[in-house]
Amino acid sequence: MSLAQVPYDTLSVALGANELADALTAQGHRVTRTGSFGLSWLEPMIIIDEIAYGPVTALDQLDEVRLGPIETLPALASQHRLVFDRCGKIDPFDYDPTWLCDQLRRTPREIIEEIKKSGLRGRGGAGFPAHIKWQTVSDTPNQQKYIVVNADEGDSGTFADRLIMEGDPFRLIEGMILSGHAIGASKGIVYLRSEYPVAADVLGTAITKAGQLGLLEQFEIELFIGAGAYICGEETSLLESLEGRRGEVRNKPPVPAISGLYGCPTLVHNVVTLCSVPAILDMGGDAYADLGVGPSTGTMPFQLAGNIARGGLIELPFGLSMRGLIEDWGGGTCSGRPLGAVQVGGPLGAYLFEEQLDTPLTYEDLARLGAGIGHGGLVVFDDTIDLVQQAHYAFAFCAHESCGKCTPCRIGAVRGKEAVASMMTGEYTQSHLQLIAELCDVMEEASLCQMGGMTPIPVRSALGLK
Amino acid sequence: MQESEALREFVASFSGKIGAPISALRGILESHGYIGDEHVRLVADVFNLSLADVRGIVSFYSDFRTTPRGRKHLRICQAEACQSVGARQLTDEISNALGVKLGETRQDGAVSLEAVYCLGLCASGPSAMINDRILVRVSKEDLLE
Repeated sequence: MSLAQVPYDTLSVALGANELADALTAQGHRVTRTGSFGLSWLEPMIIIDEIAYGPVTALDQLDEVRLGPIETLPALASQHRLVFDRCGKIDPFDYDPTWLCDQLRRTPREIIEEIKKSGLRGRGGAGFPAHIKWQTVSDTPNQQKYIVVNADEGDSGTFADRLIMEGDPFRLIEGMILSGHAIGASKGIVYLRSEYPVAADVLGTAITKAGQLGLLEQFEIELFIGAGAYICGEETSLLESLEGRRGEVRNKPPVPAISGLYGCPTLVHNVVTLCSVPAILDMGGDAYADLGVGPSTGTMPFQLAGNIARGGLIELPFGLSMRGLIEDWGGGTCSGRPLGAVQVGGPLGAYLFEEQLDTPLTYEDLARLGAGIGHGGLVVFDDTIDLVQQAHYAFAFCAHESCGKCTPCRIGAVRGKEAVASMMTGEYTQSHLQLIAELCDVMEEASLCQMGGMTPIPVRSALGLK
Repeated sequence: MQESEALREFVASFSGKIGAPISALRGILESHGYIGDEHVRLVADVFNLSLADVRGIVSFYSDFRTTPRGRKHLRICQAEACQSVGARQLTDEISNALGVKLGETRQDGAVSLEAVYCLGLCASGPSAMINDRILVRVSKEDLLE
């Protein structure tokens, strides 16, 4: 009897994976449901006796979509998968805790030292060195400390958190338990966005399973589902939301590492950051730091999205150029038209153009362009992009999602939207552009958080303002 | 047990939990389809919050709708990755074909059309949802079916 692996992640199911699984079972295959490898353009991709097929629309046409042995599939073999090494291959609930239990015998100081050596930086957008947060929480005396996982992956063009939570939830649980052990936290909370119901089911089941395996005796994990607010991806807004209030951002300082959830020292990390921790402890901080370029160490799960021929998740060390990713990996636009622009790092990320594509994907190189790597998402547009409309959207999105606490963001976004709208209806004058430039300066300088503070990035890059 | 008592007990079951009022409101949303004024009063009463506090929460989070949705609830992603593959035009066409504006429910209650900002299916857009079913690489014809 042959063994068939069929993904059950959100995308594959939307493309008919459940029906394929039923049909394979009816044909007498032993079917295992797995997460997705992240090769979106090949979904639903199924594996029968180690041979991959995709995209599969009907079982009687399998030979036409035969991709070859999964082990040597070029799209996977040429990646450097550390965070995603198990994702797609495994039954997510079939977990052997031996490795984790071994790691928990290491001292907290030893673990923090490995993280420091690895040079790991926050993968959620800010790129802040992880070990500084860990050390701060560890050094702040308090009875109760928390780990909070920011799984409010709201940036368009990003789906790495969803894929790992759906395909390898124990990777996140390992990261949480190990970091909890290192900083002395006894409770972890996952703040998951409501738009990811499958991730909620899978992670919830995995947490229950972890409890049955006896992994949650020293460290409790709770799953909290958000209610639709992009701003709750900002860490202090997220904490307000967890405390049951409107997600209005807090003043910083104090930083959450000193006074976070209910005023306790709190380590707030994005999903991929915590999922990098097991790989670092497994290979050693030094070996991890050897990957990447300069202070951009390790690997990043990049996500190719939008108007792209071969979109999906590609985990690679930092340093590949955007052109390499978009053209060699992604195969250019799916419309076949020339590239118009690429927005890097979500709705608060810059629009970059053809002449900038040779820039390597590192924190430092993108910062030099006034851009950021964000959560690693690249949204590709073809040459039909209307950049004035995109600038309008950037302000409109900020106006829609602003928490309303500070004036530059709350009012600035609305006025900015109006000013760009007047450009679109032809009432454009130089004074509008001047007004937009000044608004951008005020929002950047005076906003309380990065929602207002970074909205000028897409606006300026789309309108060619300095 | 009366429905109101059962609901009160349900809301009270979140006491002491993380983000209690938000989780309670989510539960009400799932069972009733929207948050009514009577639900706001109930949550305020159970958690000893002011009505303004609870209304503030309801208005802040976009999931907490205060009117019933259409029998067919259509959500189309409006974020950048879907824009790059024609979500704006698709939304306009659907809106015209169904006779309902984005963010509204048609008067006969048959259909509502809403924006959603990112379903995390960004390499397979445009994406949309009909009630709880997710659709990717979606066309006007798929949605009108």
